[in-house]
Amino acid sequence: MKGWMGKFRALTLFGSLALLLSGCGQENLSALIPKGYGAEKSLDLIILTAIIMLFVLLIVMLVYITVLVRFRKKKGQKDFIPKQVEGNKTLETIWTVIPILLLIIIAVPTVAATFDLADESGAKDKLNVEVTGNQYWWHFNYKGQEIQTSQDLYIPTGEKVYLNMKSSDVIHSFWVPAISGKMDVNPENENTMFIKANEEGVYYGKCAELCGPSHALMDFKIIAVSPEEFDQWVKDMQNVDPKAVAEGETAKQGQTLFEESNCMGCHAIGSSPVQVGPNLTNFGERTRIAGILDHNKENLISWIMNPDSIKPGNKMDGKYPELSRDEASKIADYLLQLKPSSITAEDAGK
Amino acid sequence: MREVKVVSNAATHKRGFGAVLWDYLTTVDHKKIAHLYLFSGGFFFLMGGIEAMLIRIQLIKPNSEFLSNGLYNEVLTMHGTTMIFLAAMPLIFALMNAAVPLQIGARDVAFPFINSLGFWLFLFGGLILNCSWFLGGAPDAGWTAYAPLSTTSPGHGVDFYVIGLQIAGAGTLIGGINFLVTIVNMRAPGMTYMRMPLFTWSVFITSILILFAFPALTVGLFLLMFERMFGAGFFDASLGGNAIIWEHLFWIFGHPEVYILILPLFGLFSDLFSTFSKKRLFGYTAMVFATMLIAFLGFMVWAHHMFTVGLGPVANSIFAIATMAIAVPTGIKIFNWLATMWGGQITINSAMLWALGFIPTFTLGGMTGVMVASVVADYQYHDSYFVVAHFHYVIVGGTIFGIFAGLHYWWPKMFGRILHEGMGKLTFWTFLIGFHLTFFIQHFLGLMGMPRRYSTYLPNQGLDLGNLISTIGAFFMAFAVIVFVINVFYTAAKGEKAPADPWDGRTLEWATASPPAHYNFKQVPLVRGLDPLWIEKTEGKGKLTPSEPLGDIHMPNASILPFVMSLGLFIAGFGFIYQVDDKGWLAVVFIGMAITLGSMLIRSLKDDLGHHITKEELEREAD
Repeated sequence: MKGWMGKFRALTLFGSLALLLSGCGQENLSALIPKGYGAEKSLDLIILTAIIMLFVLLIVMLVYITVLVRFRKKKGQKDFIPKQVEGNKTLETIWTVIPILLLIIIAVPTVAATFDLADESGAKDKLNVEVTGNQYWWHFNYKGQEIQTSQDLYIPTGEKVYLNMKSSDVIHSFWVPAISGKMDVNPENENTMFIKANEEGVYYGKCAELCGPSHALMDFKIIAVSPEEFDQWVKDMQNVDPKAVAEGETAKQGQTLFEESNCMGCHAIGSSPVQVGPNLTNFGERTRIAGILDHNKENLISWIMNPDSIKPGNKMDGKYPELSRDEASKIADYLLQLKPSSITAEDAGK
Repeated sequence: MREVKVVSNAATHKRGFGAVLWDYLTTVDHKKIAHLYLFSGGFFFLMGGIEAMLIRIQLIKPNSEFLSNGLYNEVLTMHGTTMIFLAAMPLIFALMNAAVPLQIGARDVAFPFINSLGFWLFLFGGLILNCSWFLGGAPDAGWTAYAPLSTTSPGHGVDFYVIGLQIAGAGTLIGGINFLVTIVNMRAPGMTYMRMPLFTWSVFITSILILFAFPALTVGLFLLMFERMFGAGFFDASLGGNAIIWEHLFWIFGHPEVYILILPLFGLFSDLFSTFSKKRLFGYTAMVFATMLIAFLGFMVWAHHMFTVGLGPVANSIFAIATMAIAVPTGIKIFNWLATMWGGQITINSAMLWALGFIPTFTLGGMTGVMVASVVADYQYHDSYFVVAHFHYVIVGGTIFGIFAGLHYWWPKMFGRILHEGMGKLTFWTFLIGFHLTFFIQHFLGLMGMPRRYSTYLPNQGLDLGNLISTIGAFFMAFAVIVFVINVFYTAAKGEKAPADPWDGRTLEWATASPPAHYNFKQVPLVRGLDPLWIEKTEGKGKLTPSEPLGDIHMPNASILPFVMSLGLFIAGFGFIYQVDDKGWLAVVFIGMAITLGSMLIRSLKDDLGHHITKEELEREAD
């Protein structure tokens, strides 16, 4: 660690440490560590605008500090009457024209990127997913694939996936910062966007538009797997037998209870289009219970027994007969068995 | 004539509480209405501040259970609504009332009765909103009240929002019209448009904004009221309505609103930089036209709040470029302010500190404004903490800094005493540090994936530290506000008595006593140029040339009717809210409306020609 090399290494060490401490956030959540096409486009513009604006700030601060140092009334300084300056045409022209030029530098790539991200011309030949926003969960219908899921959206990496989004109740907003910017999900019209993940991973999605008490709990995941794994997942999902009988005594009883309690009135298993509540086809493989809790039996039991204590205002509360802890546990056993695919979030490389 | 004497000596005689109260309930004097706006706006500012602290305490750690999710939404909705409509707006109206008639050399505003009515409407509207806390829950759909969340929100919270804002908004609208007419019609001889102080100029332009923006809010609230109370389907997609209409209506009002909040303070800062640098404003004409341009563009860019709504790339691009264009006139202003100070002799006191703190803070807010205007980048910023940071930099860094600057600057003119300098400086520094600590980090929180209006966040998502820092900053700001409140009480009790012109001022308000007599100027001054008082001072006279001989002054009579009219609407408001539950409440609607319409009838039928202060009386009073 001698000489300039040592200094250089110390500098990079401290530099990266500072970067780490300043925090770019969690890798699969932060817009500052883009892992998808839209997020990259956004970050490019964020950096471009930030640099230009920091340049402007620098100039303002230079003048500002100079003014304060040079023209502040010093202690003991005599009062004097400064020259009453009316203005200066040249100066005023300069600080009108230069900002206009800087704004043009920002405006051109902004407009180009806006049209680029709105380009839907390739949608026909690619995977299309209908997204439905609900208080407080997300539904995904893979168009033409006979696959329905909720909360976890599996996509292949390196390919554009087109989303057609609509809300079933109030306005929501679909946001996966690491993959792409957000798009509102409105009740009256279908909004479209595409997403493209560059790397495998499990990416955190958030609802970004205030939608009720559990707005902050309306999380979902995008699980990006390699195209081969994705094809396998599609096959597995298409071959689901919704009537398959559970294994094990408690799970079997759970399955009966599930049917008796009329859970199927709202939920569906398989590719049935029922959308009152989340589709449970691959429930056992979900990354989280209710989008936010760790995926384990204990949490599932609490969720089934008292959903309102976990997500206030959700529509599952009071829709089925009261269950004992034992009954809830049996249903949980059944639901956690719903693992139709050999491809799971673990295959996303994380 | 006896009555006149009582009023004119109001400031000097000690009187009973009842008399003072009656005086304020009936006053039509713009200076007292300024006090009313200041204290009620200040009260609501403290309410909004408490709500802000609740928000920050809730978010101090992940998975916090300090507030329930539902209550959090109420607190956050009321924080936004209170701060915008019930704190910032009235505090600006306080400054407008305190300064504008004096700055243009007028004895009063054009419609003193309307001025008082505007205040009481605002106050009763604000009270209705805050009554919701005690009557089953506050509004919880955000201050923007997006449909269908607002139309389907259970309980009466949003009804309180609709009725409260409708009444308060009417007050603001007539207040704006009043100032528009005042500035057009009541300027002293020689006060041409291009000799008006920048504060008056920007109030003039702001009033035009109010005139055009508030009706959009009125219409929006009207539709929302019909939707909630009478089952109309304007915003209900299942009935063929469209929720996006609300967003358009709201932002057609809401975007100009942020310029209504900032432009008067731009004007004030212009006056401050010029006064405390002892220089005339650099590029006066450019400043006036920049203000107009900002106001005009402010109307054209509402859809930049809606980049993610799905309007399509064409609309998004147009609104993006229009939005960026606002940076140009704003930049002109910043550089002209710097040039005003350049070569001057800058005095730094607590009023000037707020103005100086404003420049870097607001520049940062403006920078992020351009960043947010860049559509594709906005797909990430929108509805995230980045936007929360951005608008707090602009609204707190501009409006709140400006209100504090204005209060320190005009306190002597409003109350005849100077705020304590030491406490003023302590307030400024703790507020400035707390502010940047709270909001700077939020830019990064937003980009790290924290959406706004989240009642909680999960641990291990990289959001813990930033939120903790932000909350610590909020405590600094709370401390600063407490110091300011102490300062106000201290000054009222022991503050230094102010001379007519404590800051070596340049504009007309400093040419009359602190506080001014209720007729403002014994003789209306003759204005001979920009910065009229400065002209007279540099030419050695130090006193303004009167434009008229000493004569009888005509003044309006006090009246309780504005209070009663507003009270009637306040009562009717509750009737409207509860008639959904029980038709019996319609009786309350009729009683309330009868009170309002009855007092309007009295006002129309009763001749009230005001009174005169005679020449003899004026001569008897000391100069």
